[in-house]
Amino acid sequence: MAETKIMLGNEAIARGAYEAGVKVSAAYPGTPSTEISENIIKYPEIYAEWSPNEKVAAEVAIGASLSGVRAMASMKCVGLNVASDPLYTDAYIGVNGGLVVVVADDPGLYSSQNEQDTRCIARAAMIPVIEPSDSAEAKEFTKLAFELSEKYDTPIILRTTTRLAHSQGTVELCERQEIEDKPYERNPQKNVMMPGNAKVRHIFVEERLNKMADDANTMEINKVEYNDTSIGVITSGIPYQYVKEALPNASVLKLGLVHPLPKKLIEEFASKVDTLYIVEELEPVIEEQVKSWGIKAIGKEIFTVQGEYSANMLKERILGQKLELEAAEKVPARPPILCPGCPHRSVYTVMKKLKLHAAGDIGCYTLGAVPPLSVVDTTVCMGASISTLHGMEKAKGKDYIKNWVAVIGDSTFLHTGINSLMNMVYNKATGTVVILDNSTTGMTGHQDHAATGKTLMGDTTYMINIYGVCKAMGIEHVYEVNAFDIAELEKVLKREVARDEISVVITKSRCVLLKGNVFKEKCVPVSDKCKKCGACLRPGCPAITKNEDGTIKIDQTMCNGCGLCMQLCKFGAIEKVGV
Amino acid sequence: METKNIMIVGVGGQGTLLTSRILGGITTKAGFDVKLSEVHGMAQRGGSVVTYVRYGEKVTEPIVEEGQADLLIAFERLEALRYAHFLKKDGVMIINDQRIDPITVVTGVAEYPEGIIEKLSAKYKVISVDAMAEALKLGNSKVFNTIIIGLAAQHMDFSKDEWLHVIEEKVPAKTIEINKKAFEVGYNLGK
Repeated sequence: MAETKIMLGNEAIARGAYEAGVKVSAAYPGTPSTEISENIIKYPEIYAEWSPNEKVAAEVAIGASLSGVRAMASMKCVGLNVASDPLYTDAYIGVNGGLVVVVADDPGLYSSQNEQDTRCIARAAMIPVIEPSDSAEAKEFTKLAFELSEKYDTPIILRTTTRLAHSQGTVELCERQEIEDKPYERNPQKNVMMPGNAKVRHIFVEERLNKMADDANTMEINKVEYNDTSIGVITSGIPYQYVKEALPNASVLKLGLVHPLPKKLIEEFASKVDTLYIVEELEPVIEEQVKSWGIKAIGKEIFTVQGEYSANMLKERILGQKLELEAAEKVPARPPILCPGCPHRSVYTVMKKLKLHAAGDIGCYTLGAVPPLSVVDTTVCMGASISTLHGMEKAKGKDYIKNWVAVIGDSTFLHTGINSLMNMVYNKATGTVVILDNSTTGMTGHQDHAATGKTLMGDTTYMINIYGVCKAMGIEHVYEVNAFDIAELEKVLKREVARDEISVVITKSRCVLLKGNVFKEKCVPVSDKCKKCGACLRPGCPAITKNEDGTIKIDQTMCNGCGLCMQLCKFGAIEKVGV
Repeated sequence: METKNIMIVGVGGQGTLLTSRILGGITTKAGFDVKLSEVHGMAQRGGSVVTYVRYGEKVTEPIVEEGQADLLIAFERLEALRYAHFLKKDGVMIINDQRIDPITVVTGVAEYPEGIIEKLSAKYKVISVDAMAEALKLGNSKVFNTIIIGLAAQHMDFSKDEWLHVIEEKVPAKTIEINKKAFEVGYNLGK
C-alpha cells in the first residue's frame, strides 16, 4: 500500500510539485501561500528561492519554463497583482516546460488587505484555473496542472483559499516523475512579445481557451455526482466540502477546472435537476457565465460575496432549515497585537510622543494603526508607504508633511519600497522614511530575504546592505538607530522630520520571535516605587497589566526584557533582572 | 462512527498549532480519515485563534460548525466563552484557567468578564485547571498545553501509550521528556 500522510494543503502542493518533476520554484512569502515554499525545500531535487517580490518570482519561473523545465511560482492573492504584468503576457507566450502559478485567495480576510478573487484576474488574463478541494486533490491537481500546461501550451493557475491552504488532510504519496528537459529552440514569433507577434499569439490564446473549454466537458476533474435531482449544485474547491456536509443527498457538479467552464456539461447537468444552485465563495464568476447562457440558477441572490461559507449557512439558505443554535456570547474582541518585546512598539511609542502620522505598509507593523499606538494613518499595499507620503507632499507642499513619516519593514522595502524611494530622490522629495529593520519577513512567519544573508534553501549568501542601498541612491541623510534606544530615536526623528531634505532612518532590532534570540533579562516591577502613573502601560505591551491596587504587574512568562517599559518609568519602579 | 469534532481555541502564540498536530497525529495513526484546520498569519500575533480537528470514517469539511463540537479545548478563559456556542449540548469543555487580557481590556475599551468558569459550568460539562501553575511546577511554562492534552486524553478513545508515542514524534527533540511528564500530570488530573 502506498504511504499516506496527513498534510497541509500547502504541503500537499509542494509534494505535488516534487512528484511532477518540478525543477525550479520561486515565491515571495504571503499568507496563506508561504508554506508551499517552506515545504518545497524538503526536496533537494527542486531549486527553490525567495524572490524579492511576486513579479520577480513569476519571471524566474517563466525563464525556467522557457529553458525547458517544469517550474512553479507561488503567491497570495494580492501577490498576483504584482505578478500580473509578466503573467498577462506569458499567457500569449505559453510554455516550454510546464508552468504553474499557485495563487492563494483569502475569503474572510484572515491576513490580507482586500478580498479579491483570483478567478477574475485569470479570466482577464486568459489563463486557465484549476481548483482543488482538499489536501489529496491539492497534490493531484498540482501534477495535473503541469500536464495541462504542457498539453495546451499555457501557464496554469492553481487556485487555493486560506481554508484549503491551512487545512490538513490525508494524502497518498507517489514517486517523483523524472521529466526530461525539453530542448530549447529560438522562436521569436512565440517568445518575443512585440506588437506584430502578439497580434498573432492573441488569436492562438483565444483558440486555446475555446479548445480547452470544449475538452473540459469530458475532463475527469469536472465530476458529476447524480443523486436526488430535486436540488443540483455547481461548486468547486472548499465550498464543495460544505455542500457535501450540508446536502449529502443533492446532485453535484464539482468543477476542478474553473476557467474555462465546460458549457455542455453544465447545460446537461442543469437540464436534469429541478433547482440549480451555484455555490462559490467570493465573486459570482461561475454564476454569471452560467446565467449568460440562459440557464436558470440561484446564486448570489441568497449567498454572499463576502467571507467564508459553511455547511450551516447552506442548510439555512438552500434547505430553509432553522438551526437552533446558541447565540454567541458578547465578549471583548481580541485583535492581533504586537508581541511583548517587539521593536515596532518601541518605535511607535516614540512617534506617538512626537505626534507623528505614519503612512503605513504591509507587515506586523500595520498593527501600529490600532489603539493604543494609533500612529499609522494609511495602509494600501506592499511598498505604498513611501509613495503615498511622496504624493501627499507633492499635493500639499513640504510643510504639510512635517509631522509625517513613512514606515516600512525591511522585507517590504526590498519588495517594492525601493522603487518608491528612488522616486522620492528623483523627484526631490523632502520626506522621512523609517525602515523598521527586524532582520526578517515577520508577519508571514520569519522568512529570509535579500538582506538577511541566507537563502530559502539555507545557504549563506550576500547580504544586501539597506543603509548602503539608500546611500547609493544619493540620499545624504541615512541613519541607523537601535529601535529600543528611545532617547536617541526621538532625537533623530525630530531632527530628520524637520529637515528640508529627504532622509531615511533605519531602526534596527531583531524580531523578538526569531530563532537564535537569547533573552538574558526580564523586567520586574518594584511595587513600592510605583506611582501608578500608567506610563509603562501606554504602549500596550501584553505582558504588563495592573494589580488591583493600581500598581503594575509584569507577566514573567511573556516578558522578554526589552526594557521599553523601564525606559518609560520616571520613578525607577521597573528593574531588569537576569535570568 | 459519526465524525468527531474537536476545537482548540486560545490566544495566538499559545501553541494551538502544536496541540492540533498532536491530535492530528494520534487520530491519523488510529486509521481515521482526519481533517485539521489551522490559523496562520496575522492572528498568530496575540489574536484569538481557533483550530478545528475532525476525524471519522470519511470527513468532508475541515471546519467544525456552530453547535457541533464534541470537545472544546480552551487555552484561556475568555476564549472558552467566545467559542462556547460551538459546543454540542452534551459536549465537554476543558479550560486552562488562565486570564490573558486582550488589548481592548488593557486599553480600557472593554472589561474582562468575571465568573466565566461558573457561567459556563452552569450550561456545559466543564473541566478547568490552572495548567500554567502546573507547568511552572515542572519548571517550564511552555508545556502547559501538553498538560491540557493530558486532560483531554481522558475524553478521547486512545491509550496512554499511543498519546506518549505521538507526543514523542511531534514535540522538539530536546523537550520530549518534559512534555511526557506534562502529559502525565494532565492525565492524572483528569482522572
